[in-house]
Amino acid sequence: MSILVDTNTRLCTSGITGREGTFHTLRNRDYGTQVVAGVTPGKGGQDVDGIPVFNTFHDAVDKQGANTAMIFVPPRFAADSILEAEDAGIELIICITEGIPAHDELRVYNTLKKNRRARLIGPNCPGILSPGKASVGIIPASFFNAGNVGVVSRSGTLTYQIGYVLAQSGFGNSSIVGIGGDPVPGTDFIDVIGMFQDDPETELIVMCGEIGGDAEERAADFIEESVTKPVIGYIAGFTAPPGKTMGHAGAIVSGSHGTAVAKEQALTAKGVTVGRTPTQVAEAAVATLRG
Amino acid sequence: MDLLEYQGKQLFARHGVPVPAGKPASTVQEAVAAADEIGYPCAVKAQVQIGGRGKLGGIKIAQNRAEAEQYADAILGMDIRGLTVHELWIEGASEIASEYYASVVFDRSAKAPLVMLSTKGGMDIEQVADEDPDAIATLHVDPLLGFQDFHGRRLAFESGVDADVVRPVGAMLAKLYEVFTAEEATLVEVNPLIVTPDRDVRALDAKVTLDDNALYRHPDNAALRDLSAEDPQEVMAKERGLTYVKLDGNIGILANGAGLSMSTLDVVAEAGGAPANFLDAGGGSRADAITAAVEVILSDTKVKAVLFNIFGGITRCDEVARGLIEAFAQIEPTVPFVVRLDGTNGEEGRALLAEAKLPNVYAESTMDGAAAKVVELAS
Repeated sequence: MSILVDTNTRLCTSGITGREGTFHTLRNRDYGTQVVAGVTPGKGGQDVDGIPVFNTFHDAVDKQGANTAMIFVPPRFAADSILEAEDAGIELIICITEGIPAHDELRVYNTLKKNRRARLIGPNCPGILSPGKASVGIIPASFFNAGNVGVVSRSGTLTYQIGYVLAQSGFGNSSIVGIGGDPVPGTDFIDVIGMFQDDPETELIVMCGEIGGDAEERAADFIEESVTKPVIGYIAGFTAPPGKTMGHAGAIVSGSHGTAVAKEQALTAKGVTVGRTPTQVAEAAVATLRG
Repeated sequence: MDLLEYQGKQLFARHGVPVPAGKPASTVQEAVAAADEIGYPCAVKAQVQIGGRGKLGGIKIAQNRAEAEQYADAILGMDIRGLTVHELWIEGASEIASEYYASVVFDRSAKAPLVMLSTKGGMDIEQVADEDPDAIATLHVDPLLGFQDFHGRRLAFESGVDADVVRPVGAMLAKLYEVFTAEEATLVEVNPLIVTPDRDVRALDAKVTLDDNALYRHPDNAALRDLSAEDPQEVMAKERGLTYVKLDGNIGILANGAGLSMSTLDVVAEAGGAPANFLDAGGGSRADAITAAVEVILSDTKVKAVLFNIFGGITRCDEVARGLIEAFAQIEPTVPFVVRLDGTNGEEGRALLAEAKLPNVYAESTMDGAAAKVVELAS
C-alpha cells in the first residue's frame, strides 16, 4: 500500500502546455503515473505528446475520469485553478506553484474545508511519490525504491537528501509527501502522519519540519495521542534569525514563535527522536528499522 | 514587507481609520514647514521599523517652531538600534485619556484572521500575553464571511473598553479588518489605539506588514519599498532573482532549495562554523545564476570560505559544475570553496571539477564532510 497516489491515480495537469508543466507531466507519465488529461483554457482540443488538453477541469473529469489534479499555473492563476478543480469534483489537488498570495491561500483553504470534497496538498510543494506506483510532481523519483518508510516534509530538496541517505542504506519508501513551505498548507503533518499510521505498509514515519508556525508542535501532540509507529523528526532552521523569511514563505520566526528549538523540544518531549542533521535522521531511521 | 508608521497611517486614512493629521519630512526644513502647517504642539517621530523608539529618544513633542527645529535636527540621522533615521513623521499631538491595543493577525495555526483587542495599550503585547493573557480579547473571523458588527461589539465588551466608546472602537476594528483584507496584509497593529478626553478614538501608531506575494495586485504599496533601508547584499541578490538573507558569520553558503539551504546553515553551525548568509539558488543551476550567486556571497567582505551544497534532483550536478567553472573564469575568487555535489549526475559533476583544477576548490561528496572542511578552511 501507499498513501494518496497510486495505480488508481488518474492525473490531470493544470498548466500542462507551459514549459515546466509539460516537462514534469511527461516525467510523471514516464514513471508510470496514469496521466489522463491536461487543462489550459483556450487550448482545448490540442494534445501534449498524446495527452488530451481541455479548456476546463469539468471537461477533463467528464471525458477522461480525472481524479487527481496537479497545479502548475503561475501564482496569480493558481487559487482559481484549485477552486475550479474542486468544483469539477477532483478529490486530490496537488499544487506545485510557489508564490501564491497568502489571502488567496486562506480563501482556498477555508472553501475546501467547508465543502469537504477535496484534499489539497501544497501549495509550494514538490508533490507526492509512491515508489513503483505513481509520481505526481517534481520529486526525482529515480532515487527512491518501494519500501516501508513514510516521509512527510515541508521541503523538497531536504526530503531528497534524507531519502537518498536512506536509500543508500538499503531502505525504501511507502510514500513521500511534500506538504509545502507556505504559511497555509492545504494538508498538514497531522493529516499525513495519520494516513501513514493507517497504512499497513508503512513501518516508520520520518517528518521533516522547519521554522515558522506551529505545525510541528501540533504534530507532536498528535503523535503522542494517536500514533503507535515510530516517528523520526528533523527541523531545519536552528541558525535562522527572527523576522527573516528563509526561502519558503512560511519559514519565518515571528518574535519568539516558531523557532527550531521550540519545535525540537516539543517533539522530543513526546518521545520523537529528532536528528540534528539529515545524516543523523537517516541513521536513526536505519537503527530503528534494524531494531 | 513592513511599512513605516506613516505609510501605515496613510493606508489607514484611505480606509477611514481615524488617525492624527500629519506629514512626512526628510529634512529639518520640511519638518519645520510641516509643523507650522499642522500647528503646535506636535509630535516629531522617527520613522524606523523598530519598536520602542520613544524610549530611545525617537519621539518628541514640540511646543513651538524652535523646538520642532531642534528635535527634527536631533532625530534625523539618529541611530536607533542599528537603524539610521532618514524620515520623520510630524503629526498633531494627541491628548490621551485611555490607551488600548488592537490588531488583526494572519493566524497560520487557525488558518483564519485573528482579531485582538486589549485595554492594556502602549505596552509590549507579547509581554501582556505572557503575564496576563485574559487582558486580551481575541476572536477568529471566518475569512469567507468577513468581519461583522457583532464581532466588534463582542471584542469591545469582552475587553472592557469604556462603555461610551464600545461603538467607535468596534467600528475601528471593522475598518482595520478592511485594511487587512483589502491591502492583503499579514499584520495590522495599532498600539496604542487612543481615546482622547473629547472621547475621540484614534490610531496613534500603525504597524502594517504586507504580503510580498500579493504586491503585484497593489502597485502603490509595492512602490513604498525602501531599498535604502534594506541590507545592500539582500537588495543585490533580489535584483538577481536570488533568495538571500545576511547573517553574522564568515562562511558563505549556497545550496539548492529552501529546506536544504537552512539545513546547510545548521550543519555548518553544528560543525563549529558561523554562516555568513542563507542563499537558495533554487533550480537555477545555470552558469549565470551561479555567477550571480557567487558575486553576492563574495560582496560580503567578512566571508573567509564558501560552501556550495548541491543535492541534484531535477538540478543536475554536472550543470552546476559547469556553472561554477564559468563563474570562476569570470570572478576569480580569492577565498577557498568547498563544493559538495551529490544526487543526479553527482559523479560527472565532481569529475568535471577535478579536471578543471580550479584553484582553492575542494570537492566533497557528503554534506557533513563538506561542512567540516569549510569550517576548517574558515578558521
